[in-house]
Amino acid sequence: MSAIHLAFTDWVIIAIYFAFVLGIGVYLKRFTRSQEDFFLAGRKNSSWVAGLAFLSANLGALELLGMTGNTYKYGMYVAHFYWIGAVPAMLFLGIYMMPFYYSGRIKSVPGYLKLRFDEKTRVLNGVAFAVMTLLVSGINLYAMALVLHTFLGWNWDVSMWTSAATVAVYVTMSGLMSAIFTEIIQFFLIWSGLFLVSVLGIVEIGGVREVFHRVPAAFGTLWSTSADASLNGMAVTWGGIVLGLGFVLSFGYWTTDFLVVQRAFSAKDLRAARMTPILASFFKMCVPFLVIIPGLIALILSKDPSTGFALLSDGGHINYDSALPLLIVRYYPIGLVGLGITALLAGFMAGQAGNISAFNTVWTYDIYQSVINKKASDKHLLWMGRVATIVGIMMSVGTAYWAKSFPSIMDYMQAIFSWVNAPLFATMLLGMFIRRITPSGAFWGLIAGMGSSVTMFLAVKFAWIDARVITMSGVASDMAANFWRAWWAWLICFVVTIGVSIFTEPKPDSELVGLVKGLTHGEKTDRLPWTKRPEFYAILSAIILVILNIYFW
Amino acid sequence: MDTVKMKPIWYFVGLLLLAMGAVLCFSGIYYFYNPPAWHPILAELHPNIWWGAFMAIGGVIFILANRNRRV
Repeated sequence: MSAIHLAFTDWVIIAIYFAFVLGIGVYLKRFTRSQEDFFLAGRKNSSWVAGLAFLSANLGALELLGMTGNTYKYGMYVAHFYWIGAVPAMLFLGIYMMPFYYSGRIKSVPGYLKLRFDEKTRVLNGVAFAVMTLLVSGINLYAMALVLHTFLGWNWDVSMWTSAATVAVYVTMSGLMSAIFTEIIQFFLIWSGLFLVSVLGIVEIGGVREVFHRVPAAFGTLWSTSADASLNGMAVTWGGIVLGLGFVLSFGYWTTDFLVVQRAFSAKDLRAARMTPILASFFKMCVPFLVIIPGLIALILSKDPSTGFALLSDGGHINYDSALPLLIVRYYPIGLVGLGITALLAGFMAGQAGNISAFNTVWTYDIYQSVINKKASDKHLLWMGRVATIVGIMMSVGTAYWAKSFPSIMDYMQAIFSWVNAPLFATMLLGMFIRRITPSGAFWGLIAGMGSSVTMFLAVKFAWIDARVITMSGVASDMAANFWRAWWAWLICFVVTIGVSIFTEPKPDSELVGLVKGLTHGEKTDRLPWTKRPEFYAILSAIILVILNIYFW
Repeated sequence: MDTVKMKPIWYFVGLLLLAMGAVLCFSGIYYFYNPPAWHPILAELHPNIWWGAFMAIGGVIFILANRNRRV
């Protein structure tokens, strides 16, 4: 395929986006006066602002391209990532966990670990998160340059440095607030820029019913082929989906990853913070319309030679990520192509900004202030946050060039979340709900969980053991191995944390007020009308989730 | 020190939708009368005209609803 040719109108659309994000950074700088403004957006956001940012922080372009390609490979099973693999965890965060996070007025997830356990657990998680965030940020930057080079023929260096410099400018000026503003703009751009791909695809195929009629039967269902791993393209059983994705990976990411949870911390009060993930869950359930439908449409078109549609191929390997860009070229006229490309650009850049704003917070509070300069003033921390932003961006660019030299590093990115987040979820769950869990238990549990996850990954990667040992089934895909490795890492952390806690000294109750169930008294919501209570919206969201799963069973 | 409160994000969302929607809609009208050499599938539906108009109208609603708000 030759590179997509952009017309003048397309460039105007892209230029409007860059002008807006830079202009917003300049506009917000005058309102960024303190460290709380910079790192927590002043803690004055409504649940709508925080909720859309919460969702958008995870709605990157890499995910949109990857999940559309995965739908081409696996069919409707990809919807599990958006439904059972997200919504229950988001509701759990809003209903049960947010009061512990928000009541302590902490500034980061490692900050909670410091209060609940001790300094060493905080630093361990802070360092792991910082490294993970910079790696993911750099790989995203590399992926963006790869996509822009492949589809638009843009120069690698210009693409990387332009987007990195733009993000550096607006995040340095106003921190989390500008990251949140651009994430919300990204939300609207992604929906307005990609919605028509699905609509026009459905029109060309002849209706939604026809789309599902023309894909293989197993590609249009969620659960009916999950009893036997060999019956579905993802080669995973319902056990792997429920335990690995729906429980550990999902809860580990949505309830403990500071990149997303930080958005809820920016809410103006506890109710708004609790509503943040609950509101986001409604929109999360709609995202499959942007990725599942185009993936199925690409599959149908590619199986019909008369359509002239085929995914790109690199050295005999199908490039599944090319499905969405090729559909944009197929359906979009001049101007809309620019909007579609802008939506992907916005996804990449907002993702970069999200990673960097989370990194600068964890670096400044949980590593710099905690270990290096305990007496730093408010003004100094604000300065350090800005320095960390610039340094973080530079390290991301360095990681991106590293990834360019070793493209196989991309394979490792899929596993990183199960290294850090899966064990952390066990620590958080035990820490928030059981007073007896001790600081030593948490620390050694985390070490064991993270260590076992990395060891399992390397053991399969270098063929020391067969992946089927981990997945406990006759067939095993990389995806299934990811799900099951997360489950085992969680379980190991859970067991070791309890085991060590039994033999070590817990913190006194007086030090756990506001941090553990039974010792936390959050904002009372039982006097609110039922239509304003977070629980009402959580139940509504759960009902919709059940209906969707039954409908597409 | 600046004590003025800032405009809500929804105001900027409105400006962006209006700017992009207007560009899309007007360019779509231009290409309606001056068709380009290359046509995508379903070009006869002229999606840039009606989708651009939809975005612009949405943008105007956001701007009007938030023009006097400060947060």
